[in-house]
Formats: sequence, C-alpha cells, structure tokens
Amino acid sequence: MTAIAETSEPGIRTDPQGRPAKRRPRIGARARSGLIVGYLILIGLALIYIYPFIVSISASFKTDAEATQSPLGLIPETITFAAYERLFGDVPFARWAGNTVFVTVIVTIGRVFFDSLAGYALSRLQFRGRTVVFVAFIAVLSVPGVVLLIPRFLILQQLGLYDSYAGMIIPLLSTAAGVFIMKQFFDSIPGSIEEAARIDGAGTFRVFWTIVLPMARPALVTLFILSFQGSWNELGHFIVSRQSPELNTLTTGVASLVSGQLGSGNQFPLQLAAAVLMTIPVAVLFFIFQRRIMNTTAGAEKG
Amino acid sequence: MALAAQRPRRGGLRRGEGRAGWLFVAPAVIITAVFLAIPILLALWVSVSDWNGFQSPLNPRVNFVGLENYAAITTEEGLDQRNFGTAVRNNLYYVLLVVPLQTIIALLLAVQVNRAALRGRGFFRTAFYFPSVTSTVAIVIVFQFLFTASGAVNAVIGALGIDGPDWFNDSTGLIHGALSAFGITGPPPALAEPGFLGISGWEWLAGPSVAMTSLIILAIFTTSGTFMLLFLAALQAIGSEIDEAALVDGAGPVRKFFSITVPMLRPTLFTVLTLGLIGSWQVFDQIYVLGGTSAGGTISTPAFLAYRTSFVDLQWGQGAAIAFILFVFIIVLTLVQRWVLKERSPKSKRRAAATAQEVGVTR
Repeated sequence: MTAIAETSEPGIRTDPQGRPAKRRPRIGARARSGLIVGYLILIGLALIYIYPFIVSISASFKTDAEATQSPLGLIPETITFAAYERLFGDVPFARWAGNTVFVTVIVTIGRVFFDSLAGYALSRLQFRGRTVVFVAFIAVLSVPGVVLLIPRFLILQQLGLYDSYAGMIIPLLSTAAGVFIMKQFFDSIPGSIEEAARIDGAGTFRVFWTIVLPMARPALVTLFILSFQGSWNELGHFIVSRQSPELNTLTTGVASLVSGQLGSGNQFPLQLAAAVLMTIPVAVLFFIFQRRIMNTTAGAEKG
Repeated sequence: MALAAQRPRRGGLRRGEGRAGWLFVAPAVIITAVFLAIPILLALWVSVSDWNGFQSPLNPRVNFVGLENYAAITTEEGLDQRNFGTAVRNNLYYVLLVVPLQTIIALLLAVQVNRAALRGRGFFRTAFYFPSVTSTVAIVIVFQFLFTASGAVNAVIGALGIDGPDWFNDSTGLIHGALSAFGITGPPPALAEPGFLGISGWEWLAGPSVAMTSLIILAIFTTSGTFMLLFLAALQAIGSEIDEAALVDGAGPVRKFFSITVPMLRPTLFTVLTLGLIGSWQVFDQIYVLGGTSAGGTISTPAFLAYRTSFVDLQWGQGAAIAFILFVFIIVLTLVQRWVLKERSPKSKRRAAATAQEVGVTR
C-alpha cells in the first residue's frame, strides 16, 4: 500500500482538487518512517532467531577448545571435521539415524493410511455407533501426551512389546488428531463423484482407494508433514517404549550424548554436530512444504 | 432422520456400508483403545496400588492401597511432598512467564510481518517459525552451548558490562536474587515455616531460578513462531477492516494497535493464551534432556517428576498419582477452554475450526 502511495505522490500533488495532496504525503511520510522502524525491529528479531542456528553450525566445525573460547565466532579458525568423524566412529550415530528413519517411515505411512480410512468412514459411511466413535475421538484429543508416558510403558510391558520396534511403532500408528483432520477434510468436499462410482458397482474400499484418496491430496500432504515431523522429533514415547541402546533413535541417542559421559566436559562440537545432522531432514521437509506447513497451522482459523 | 427416509431409495448402494464403516475405523479405534484408553485405566490402578515395578501390576500380590500414593505427595510431610511442591512451584513460575511473554512476542511478530508493504515477508515468517519445527533435543543442545558461563549470551551481555551467570546451573530464584540486592538474604520468620505442599512461603516466593529462566527463554523461542501464525491468519482475515476503521478514526499506529487490532483479535488471543497455558503445564522434553535434577532441583516439573518417580525411583504408584493429578488439571483447563469457545461462537463450524486449530498446534 505504502509503495503505491509513494510512487503516486507526484501525481496527487498536482491534483486540481488539492485536498488529498495535503493528507496523502503526511500518511506516506509517517508510514515510511514506521516502515523503517518496522524493518529494523524485524531484522533484529530475525537475527535473534537465526543466529543461534548459524553459530551452532559453525561451532560444529570448530575444535573443542575454540568452540569454548570464541563461541560467537562465525568462521572457525581451523576447520575440523573431528566432531562428525567421532559421531560416525565412537558414537553409533548411524544406527540411531537408521532407527529413526525406519520408525518414521512406517509411522508416517501408517498414520496417513489409517487416519484417512477412519476419517472417511466417519465423514461419509453410515454405520451404527458412528457418532459415538467420533465423540470418543474428540474426547481423546484433549488427553495430554506427557501423561501417557507411564500408561504406555505399562501396556507395552503387559503385551510383551516393550523394548521392540513393534512397541515403538504400533502405538504411534494412528492419532485422534489425524482422524479429526481427515474427517474435517472429507466433510468439506462433495460426495457426488463417489456416488457415481458406487452406482457403477464399485466396492467401498475400491472407491476409497481409487477415487477418494487422490482427491484428498491436500489433506494427505498435511497429515504427512505432521506425522513425519511428529515422529522424527518424538522423544517421550521412545524413552518409555525401549531400553536397549540398539533401539535408540536420534532423539533418545542424542539426548544421551548431552547427559552421558560422552557429553561431559566441553564437547560442544560433537553435540552440535549431532543436533545439526538430526535437524537436516526436518529442515528440508520444512523448506519444500513451507507454504503448506505455515497454512496448516494457521489455515484452520479461516474455517 | 432424513437418512432413514432415503434408505429405501438407495438401499442397494448403502448395503454393506455398516460393515465397511466399522472395518475402516477399526485400526484407529483399536490403536486408540489399546494404547490410550486401556493404559490410562491400568495407570489409574497403579496409582492406587503398591506395585513396585516387579512382574505385572495385575499380579495377585499387588495390593490396593487407596489414596496413599496421592497422600504421600500432597498431604503427608516428607521428601516426596516437598519434591512435588517444588515441581509445582517451578512449573507455576514457568507458566506465569512463558504464557504472557510468548503471546506478546507472537503478536508483535505477527503484526510486524503482516505489514502490507513489507518486502521479504516470507523470509521473516520462515525465520520466526523455523525453531518450532526443529526437535527439542537439538534446541536444548544449541541453548546449552549459547548459555554456558563462557558462552555466546554472556559474551554479548558482557560487552554491556554485565557479568552473566552460569545459566543452566544457577539455582538462584530471580525474586530471591532481587531481594538479596537489597540485603534481604533470608526469610522473615513468618515465611520460614513449611506451608502448602511442604514448601515454605519463602521458597514459594523464590521466583523461577536462573536455570528455569533459560528454559523459559527456550520455550518462548520455540513456540512464539507457532502462535505468530495463528495471529497472522486472524490479522489477514480482518485486515482491511482494521485499516478502514483506522482511516476513519485518523488513529496513529500505536492507538490503532490497542484500540482496534487487539479487540478484534480477542478470540485468537483467547485461543493462544489457553493453548499456551495447557502446553506449558506439559514441559517434559527439555527437562529430560537436561537430566532434570540439575540446578538444585529448580527445573523439575510435575511431568518430569512423574517420569522420574516411576522410571528412576521405581515408586510407580506415586509417579502414576502425579501423572493423574496433572492429567485431571489439564483436562479441566481444556474443558474450560472448549466451553468458553462454544459460548462465544454458537456456530458449529467455528467450533470445529477452533478444535482444528488446537489440533494443528498441538500435534
């Protein structure tokens, strides 16, 4: 708006009516100084938000001593890959990463599939108890995650799934939030196309698989992002569902670097290198789906 | 009812739909029942039992002990009670600082980013939101590095002539610290006696420790971006109205913000405040990564204490009791929030939107 006002100023000034000439420039000047102040505030804030990440990346290439002595320095005096070499040598970082990838891939596929199945049924199919099931999912939505740590451990132990991939994966395969998102989505699109397919005699699952899912792409992408990010960053569940070091994920493994012997002393480069590497996949996902991610969280408001 | 009337006409099409419906929801329902509903009941049993972690909590040698575990952390004097009291105090200060600050900063960010003439809007949005998508574990490592005694933060404030603390290891309460500047280093007799939850008035008034303050800054750093997006969406929805109203009024930017923007954002403000309130009572990850017992126990929270009491001290009943107290407390907060939102917007569509918002933020 301001940009337009500024460029059109000369034109307005020669306006025969004269009146806007008095008002517009004043608003323009005020808006301009406001804009400059605004930019300064924003740039300052952006620095505060970004600088920690940049310094961390830089410090991961420093020697232990240099990272401690000049924590603010952007360019390492001596660039060393020692921290990264140690991560893949002394530390089973590759194993942790493998576990995280494995768990995240299965959980993400499972969640997208099961939650869209359930969301579709709750939105479109008529069956007894549908309302009860939906109300139950809504109720479950408000159960806080941290409160589930002890209960989850208890049930996994009862079922003999404790300390296994199955125990780490199965409880995460579906979330009430995902079901809710999918149901909301199916409620918002018309059902006429499926009806046509049904009249042609296609079964419910075939209609779902070949017609409904392709149409649901935007919601599926949303669910994919939320599931991927959620399971990649999950910490609590992997603390209580396993104990063997071989089953460490990136979150539990890297957390053990902070508290364990390996993390003691001034080994910041090692820890920071781990933090940098574990952030890359989420960062890539974030940059690919930027627009979508930011609308996912905010878009609901528009409802 | 309308459906029943339609049924005869589409009877052929709808046949088998009941079975398909149940088959479709079955995986989600089974997972939720087996790994959420039943476990909660199991934990409820553990919280009123003397199970010590040996064998199954359902084996016949485990006894029902009534509310003993709950009493041990709330009414019976002792270490367990003091640990719980301290955790509640720590979290209370955390909430008191995090919720208002993250709301104000998120709103500030949103208003700045929302400027119509702003170039690089996408860049700023990304910069502020990025910390929200990264893992807490990674963020804690970054913060530990920045906030060591000889770290970047102290280097910056050292340039201003301030001698920075050893952030994550400093257990001094901020209020205690401020009082000691006036020469008050100990409690007046009235505040020295153990009070509510076994904590003396003096200890209740300690304020957040310096270590907890670092975690408060961390929380604001990671959540303000998320809430900024909520405000941004609301601002965009009412954008032109604000400008028109301000033009008519001839209001300056500051007056425009307080007398027009803030009132119009009230529903979003309420959502952000309550979501923040609910979220801040669940801090766990950060505390776990830091070990939870450092800084003289001043960073422990009920969520972490529940974990530690069960998994480390093996007092499962007490840990489950703490978790249940927290559970009930958070559910009450959530119900109040939903109730107010429902009162405010009778349209079911809006209510669904509010729930959707909650979903987007919490997961």
